[in-house]
Amino acid sequence: MSNWPDLDRFLQTDPCDAGCGTAMELLHVYADLAAADPAAAQRRYPEVAAHLRACGPCEQDLGGLLAAIRPDVTKP
Amino acid sequence: MWRYVGDHPGSAGGRSRDASACASVAIMTVDSPANCAGDGARAPDAESEQWVRALSGCGAERDRAVTALHEALLRVARAEFARRSGQLRISGPELDDLAYQATADAVIAILAKVGQFRGESRFTTWAYRFVILEVSAKIGRHFWRQPHVPLDTADWDRLPDRLGLDPARESEWRDLARALRRAVEGELTDHQRRIFIALMVDGVPLDALVARLGTSRNAIYKTMYDARGKLRASLVANGYLHESR
Repeated sequence: MSNWPDLDRFLQTDPCDAGCGTAMELLHVYADLAAADPAAAQRRYPEVAAHLRACGPCEQDLGGLLAAIRPDVTKP
Repeated sequence: MWRYVGDHPGSAGGRSRDASACASVAIMTVDSPANCAGDGARAPDAESEQWVRALSGCGAERDRAVTALHEALLRVARAEFARRSGQLRISGPELDDLAYQATADAVIAILAKVGQFRGESRFTTWAYRFVILEVSAKIGRHFWRQPHVPLDTADWDRLPDRLGLDPARESEWRDLARALRRAVEGELTDHQRRIFIALMVDGVPLDALVARLGTSRNAIYKTMYDARGKLRASLVANGYLHESR
């Protein structure tokens, strides 16, 4: 048996994974928490954190939202 | 706090509102009955409350708020399209037009749902989520306007690269790749196989597949979640991967 970490990680499923629907519903709440303290956001919403670790598109949306709420981004 | 910004084709900024539609929208607070379950809603901050009151009201104040919202969302949309420019083969006016479209769609959705804002986050974070999701959907739909390999070509030679299997070690993973293909063909349902091949073999982005199939991101993710579990179980049973820790 060989060690294939990328494939293994891709095929691993986390039973706590909230799925895209819940993650997108809570994305704004998670983002406000994560902007202040990422670890606190993961503790408060472990099922969303589990999903974001596995779902590239949702993780990308979170990245965009975090970039948007940085204090200076929406100022002209 | 509101500032005027000029209209653009497709812009929702400056749109006047039918007086009959004007109604005061109360913001849910910790005292609202719906929040008795302690589901995270809390009293909104002053700025969020101001946004909701202005957008829920009537007349010039509401128009100024809509214009300011459009202006803020357009900045977010432009920044997000720039951040994801690697996923698009367009730039300049065409890209900016997509930003205006995403902004207009987000403003319409926000105005329809502003009464549902529960104060769980800042209003602006709640509002920006709409435009970020619109940007993702627009990029997904735009994928099919670009020249690319058509769906269902199933070039399995591309799979090892997508799974991070090093070409220099092909002699080590060749059997694994064959076993994975056998599992895809033998263990998955027709729907799971179609989704797996589109995402992992043909390299179609998830949001593009959502647009193509007219389904939701969640539905495709759940299909892949179940498929991943089946494939891993097969590879474990055949000695290619370790049991879960």
